[in-house]
Formats: sequence, structure tokens, C-alpha cells
Amino acid sequence: MNGAEMNTENPSAQNPVAPLLELKDLAITFKTNNGEVPAVKRADLTIMPGETVAIVGESGSGKSTTALAAIGLLPSNGRVSGGSIVFDGEDLTNVSEKRMIQLRGSSIGMVPQDPMSNLNPVWKIGFQVKETLKANGLPSGPKDVAKVLTEAGLPDAAARANQYPHEFSGGMRQRALIAIGLACRPRLLIADEPTSALDVTVQRQILDHLETMTDELGTAVLLITHDLGLAAERAHKVVVMYKGQVVESGPALELLTNPQHPYTQKLVASAPSLASRRIESSKGTGRESDEVLAPHAEDLQTDNVIEVKNLVKVYKIRGGWGKSSDFKAVDDVSFAIKRGTTTAVVGESGSGKSTVAKMVLGLEDATDGSITFDGVDITSLGRKEMFNFRRRVQPIFQDPYGSLDPMYNIFRTIEEPLRVHGVGNAKSREAKVRNLLDQVALPASMMQRFPNELSGGQRQRVAIARALALDPEVVICDEAVSALDVLVQAQILKLLADLQSELGLSYLFITHDLAVVRQIADHVCVMEKGKLVEKGTTDDVFEKPQTAYTQALLDAIPGAGLMLPPEVA
Amino acid sequence: MPEIENPTPSPRRAKTSAYPVEHFVADVSETPVAATDSKISDDAPTSLWREAWRNLRKQPLFIISAILIIAVIFVALFPGLFTNEAPNDNCMLSNSDGGPAPGHLLGFTQQGCDILARVVYGTQSSLTVGLFATIGVVIVGGLIGAVSGYFGGWVDAILARLGDIFFALPLILGAIVIVQVPFFRENRNVWTLVLILMTFGWPQIARITRAAVIEVRNADFVTAARSLGVSPFGALVRHVIPNALAPVIVIATISLGIFIVAESTLSYLGIGLPPDVMSWGNDIFAAKSSLRTNPMALFWPGLALSLTVLSFIMLGDALQDALDPKARKR
Repeated sequence: MNGAEMNTENPSAQNPVAPLLELKDLAITFKTNNGEVPAVKRADLTIMPGETVAIVGESGSGKSTTALAAIGLLPSNGRVSGGSIVFDGEDLTNVSEKRMIQLRGSSIGMVPQDPMSNLNPVWKIGFQVKETLKANGLPSGPKDVAKVLTEAGLPDAAARANQYPHEFSGGMRQRALIAIGLACRPRLLIADEPTSALDVTVQRQILDHLETMTDELGTAVLLITHDLGLAAERAHKVVVMYKGQVVESGPALELLTNPQHPYTQKLVASAPSLASRRIESSKGTGRESDEVLAPHAEDLQTDNVIEVKNLVKVYKIRGGWGKSSDFKAVDDVSFAIKRGTTTAVVGESGSGKSTVAKMVLGLEDATDGSITFDGVDITSLGRKEMFNFRRRVQPIFQDPYGSLDPMYNIFRTIEEPLRVHGVGNAKSREAKVRNLLDQVALPASMMQRFPNELSGGQRQRVAIARALALDPEVVICDEAVSALDVLVQAQILKLLADLQSELGLSYLFITHDLAVVRQIADHVCVMEKGKLVEKGTTDDVFEKPQTAYTQALLDAIPGAGLMLPPEVA
Repeated sequence: MPEIENPTPSPRRAKTSAYPVEHFVADVSETPVAATDSKISDDAPTSLWREAWRNLRKQPLFIISAILIIAVIFVALFPGLFTNEAPNDNCMLSNSDGGPAPGHLLGFTQQGCDILARVVYGTQSSLTVGLFATIGVVIVGGLIGAVSGYFGGWVDAILARLGDIFFALPLILGAIVIVQVPFFRENRNVWTLVLILMTFGWPQIARITRAAVIEVRNADFVTAARSLGVSPFGALVRHVIPNALAPVIVIATISLGIFIVAESTLSYLGIGLPPDVMSWGNDIFAAKSSLRTNPMALFWPGLALSLTVLSFIMLGDALQDALDPKARKR
């Protein structure tokens, strides 16, 4: 491995190769209004030259904080309060800011999380690359800039360098950020959730490219991710963090197959990408896993609760001088939802899946085609009939922070649908709210609280309770679990499945995440650029995908292709 | 459907490191695993407003400005408690421009009136103008801004342009012109002044409300309310406006100070309140002729005006920090 060759000039008594980055017993605290709060405790981490190490953990586990400490970029209220950070034999724990600036870029590079906000919108891409090269004393002519961008996989780099960030797609922006991060050939690249804002297929391309590049350059990578499957697939070594502590670390495969710490065990059990793999391989032995709580679609002889036929939605895009062009967001889509089952609509961003959801909810008018609910076309409903229709179809949204009114306490939030529809009196409504909270496994003491006091998962439970208040028949989940941590996601999916079997609900599940689909859906519709490219039962679509697009989506599930030894399954 | 050719390479295998990697497991007793998602705090429930209040209580800026404002309001309500002199009755030219004397703490104006009494009694009209102009502006501007932001389209286009037209007219210039209208020239009192200030003050609040409403209108909770069957107007009143209120309140407190100054400016120019109404602006106007001989006649009403305006602007600042959505705990 070329990483080993690079490090021969570093003599070490026992080990010929010294670690590139070594965090020992690291502790980080943050100053808050309530005094010093520990964010990271006793964290140990070793990265050898050329090695890829992944830190996995849920939000708030301290994984990003640990990485930021290594590059000396902790927020101003945070400080390293114990332990040591040694980079390439040099103690960085209390190093001067001047030395740190020398190291950043040239020795330690960084690829930030959000490609949308991490490029300065007023400067051309080329200028932002040039800035990096200049700051590190490297040649920064247009040719050098183009070379750096080409390496990161941007086609036609010389022309692209003259474009502004808004002219780039998310994937292209992330490539530009990778170009900037690797421009000065750092020994270590810190990649903080580099692809979590991107579509799975793009995510795969970007990670593949990053891997090829860092392999060629012998760069060590510290990859931060919430996705255990992705970590296992991309890293030599996985470090699991939980509440600021390292709970387990080791070779990627061993951690997956033989997790020792209870937290890691939970994580392995609930990671959707791995769970879906498990169901697939356990098929012969029957379905023992609890993900398959919903009654199986083929067993049910029921009617269709919703039928969508030849649905079309055209948006007018305004041009200058009264000219306007048509944009077909949804193009001739037909599918049906059987009563009591779950139909998933899968697609990448811009595939029109959310537009379908909005039309089924009656929030957008269809340009053409029909949506039949219980035999009645909802596109022709009057105002009063629409009001009644709303009782029977309810949504759950993606962002648990945005879907609850911050001014309403939990009781008022859940009571609102009852009040709007004039159900019962004050007393019976309170009883109903208590009952609903119980159904979503939240304590009744929660009623007086406000959304800002709840965690993401708890908020999503409240959103579910509100959606169920009017005893709907169909619940439309628009990316309802995408914003949640893996363990919480597994819990919410289980709750949804429980409620389905208890109340006979039908779900329309809109998601970009095929791994989740495997866990919850009976039928799948795959959308691409407004068109329905494939539909069928979940098993059929997953096992015998009929189109290249579906196949590409399936392959892009992180960890899907990971060859687990049979005994894990 | 066409037969697929598999475009992707063979499955990826987990990587193995060239270096020995130790399998480390933390001591379970030191890293206990809590039940997933069991965040329940014992603190009392808090809403945005309660949290803002808790935050404000600790801020010296807020405490000082609140005490000053309460004092000013108290003076405006009960002027008789602060001076025994009737402000206009005992004016004697023999006292003209006199210095402090027993019972007349701050001395006399050119007309021989007690300065303290005039400042105390002037509070009422200055504060009334400021307060009611602000209330009026918040109602008119807030309503127009909320409607144009929420409904958008041509409604927004018309209302926003209308606001821009008024926004472009300077307040003082506009007021000078309006006062020439016979109706206003003949009925110069506190209420016509409030009307004039409202006419030129509403676009600012309308703009702020419009921006805040646009930000909230697309939130998921509004969509959720709409799909519950809440009417568009109901969603505006119940969900959008309460969530868009914070910046409006901040700007309103600041503009209260500005309206008090505007009243003084107009009165100083002789087109605000009629001279027989006591106000700080009128007092400052009257004191300008004796500026060199008796500067204190100008100083005291000026001080009262500055302190009041300053305290409202400080209150606005403190509120802005407390209600800033970015500072809110998630």
C-alpha cells in the first residue's frame, strides 16, 4: 500500500509505521448557560496512513465534534479539556493557531456536509478552488484549477470553473468541495457526512470517486456518517460513538458480524440497509424478523381504497415577456392502494413523488387524470365534500421540526383536527387526545409541553397522533422517517406497522430510501423524472427489478452489496 | 419492458486494513445505553413567550428600559402626583427664564411657567401619540402585510407596490403637505396627528410582516392544518400570524420611539400639535428662542424625550434578542 511507503521517513522505535492521527482519551466540553457541558469523553481513535476510518453515531453523539477538534475548528464555546491529539508525531492539543492554519488544507483537508451552503454563492467555482491553492502556496493558474476539478470527476472542468455554485447540481457541488478538500494533497481528509444531502445514486458515484482518488493519493480518510451500512462498506475500521463516548471500534466487517456492545448490537439490528439484507437472506427460513408485521399483501382480498389513473401535473414555468414553458412534474402515473396495505412511491429528488402525494391529499389540483377514493373521484369534489374527504386522508410530513406549530402545545396540536371538524365536546376531546398519545406510546404528561421541548422522534409521534385523530382510512407519509436517527426510525416504522395492523390503515409511503421500503411496504412504485418506471409487489421489485433504473437504485443502497457471511443472516 | 443489462459492477466487499485493527469494546457499565428517544425533561413546560420572558428577566438592558417605560407611563397617567403646579395657570412673566426656586425645581420657561410641570404634563400627549400611532400602524400594516404575504400573486403585487409608494414619501415632507389639507388644518389634535403618522408609517410594518408571513406560510404545520380542512384564512389567523408576530413586535417597539420623536419634530416645525396642547415637542419649540439665555428650558423636555425614546428602542433591542428564532432552543 502506498500509504506505508509514504511514512517510511517517520522513524518509530517499535512500530515501523506510526499512526497518522491519534486521539487519546480526548475530552471536549462546551460552555453553555448551564455551565460546562461535556460533549466528548474519553475518546480514543487511531488512523494509520492511507486508512479509511469511519465514525458512526446518531445526531448529538459527538462524532462531528471529535473530527472538528482534530482540525482545530471547534466552535468558540468548545474546548479540548483533556487527552491529546497527535497528528503525524506532532501534538496538536495546544498548538498555536498559526501552526494550525499551516496544517489545514495542506496536511488535513475537509469536505463539509452540506454542498448547498458550503460554497460561497457570489464567487465562481474556479475562484474558490484557486483560493485554496493560493492559500497553501501552490501554483494556481487556470490550468491547475481545471486539473484539480477534473480529478474530482467534473467533466469539462475548464468551462465549469467559470460557473457559479447555483449553476451546479448538488452532486457537482459536492465534487467541487471534494476538489477543494483534496487540492493540496493532504495526508488526511475529514469528510463530514459528505453525501447525506444527495440522492443515493449520486451518493454512490461520489463515494466511489472519492475512494478511487484517496486510494491513488494514499490519503487517509476520516469519514463521519450516521449510516452504519455506508461506514461498513467504505471504511477499513469503524468507530461507533454514543453520547460522546466511543462504545466500540474495530474492523468494519467484524463489527457488523460480531457486535459486542449493546448499543452496536441495537444499531446493527435496526440499520435499514442491513435489515433489508437480512430479510432477503432469511426468506427461505421464513420471516422471523419483526419488521414484517404488516399482513402480507397477497393474502388479502380487499378493494382498492385509492386508485390513481393517468395522473398528470403540469407546472407553468414563467419566462420573460409573458412566455411560459410547461414542465411535466408528473407524467401519466397510475397505481392503486389496496385497503389495509402499504404502497410506497420511491424516487430521487425531482422525480415528482411528492407532487403525487400533494395531489392525493387534495392540496394540488391534477392537470389531467383521476384520483378515486372509495369509488369517488376527488378531483371533482365540492368544498363541503372536500372537507369530509380530509377526515379520511391524513398526512405525516418529513421534518418533525417543521410539521408542528411551535406556538401550540401538544394537547392543542392533537386536538386541532377534532376541533376543526367539531368532534365531541371539550371533555371527550381530551379523552381522545389521551387515548391517541397512548397509541403512539407517549406519556399523557406530555400534553402541556411545547414542540421545542421534544426530541425528533417524539415530535414525529405527535404528528402521527394528530394524523390519526380523525380516524382516517389512509395516511400519506411524505418521507416520514427520513429525518430521524436510525434507531428512532426503526421505532417509528414499527409504530406505523403496529398501528396499521391495529386500525387497518392504508399507507401511501413516499420516500427516497429503498431500504426503508423493504421494511414497510407491500407494493412499490418507482418513479423517475415524473414517470412511473416500475411497479409491483415489494418482493418482486427487490428480487427481480425489471428496469435498469430500479437496479441502479437497489445497488446504491449503502451496504446492500456487502457480502455478509451467511451465518449473520 | 426491456431486458436489463446490469450496469453496475460486482458487489463491494468490506475492506480490510493493511494494519492490525484491534476490536475495542467499551466497558458497558461506563457507557450505559439509554432507551431510545426517551427525552423527558422535568422542567416546567415552556412556550416561546415564556422562554423569551425567562431570558429577558436576566437582561440588564431589558430591566432598565422596562423600569423607565413603566415610570414614564405612570407619569403620563397621574401627572398630578409629580407636581403641585398646574402647568399653565401660574405662569408669571416676572418669573421669565428664572432659575430653580423653592417649589420650582427645574426653573421657569420664557413665559414664566414651571418647567417641571410642563414636562410632566407633556408626557401624556407625547406618549399617546406614540402609542396609538404604533397600535394603528401594527393593525393596518400588519393586516396588509399578512394578506399580501400569505395570498401572494396579484394581491401581493398591488399591496406591495402601494406600500412602496408610501414608503418613498418622507414622513416629515408628507406630513407638511397633509397638514395643509383644510380638514387637518382646522382639526389639529392628538388624533389627527396619529392619523398622519399612521399614513406614512404602515409600509414598514407591512414589509416586515409580509416577509415573516412568507417564511411561515410554507411550513409543514400550515400544510398539515390545510389538509385537516382548515380554511386558508383560518390557517393564516391560527398558525401563520402567531408565528410571524415576533419580528413585528420588535419593530413596533422601535417605531414607538420614532413616532414620539416625529411628533416632537412636527410640533417643533409648528405643524404638529397646536400650541395650547402641552407636549415635549411644543416645549422644545418654545424654548428655542431663549436658547442662549436659558438653555435649561430646552434641556429638560429634551432629556425626557431622549430617555423615553431610548428606553423604547432598548426594549426593542432586548426583545429582538429574546425572540430571535435562531436563538431558540430546538
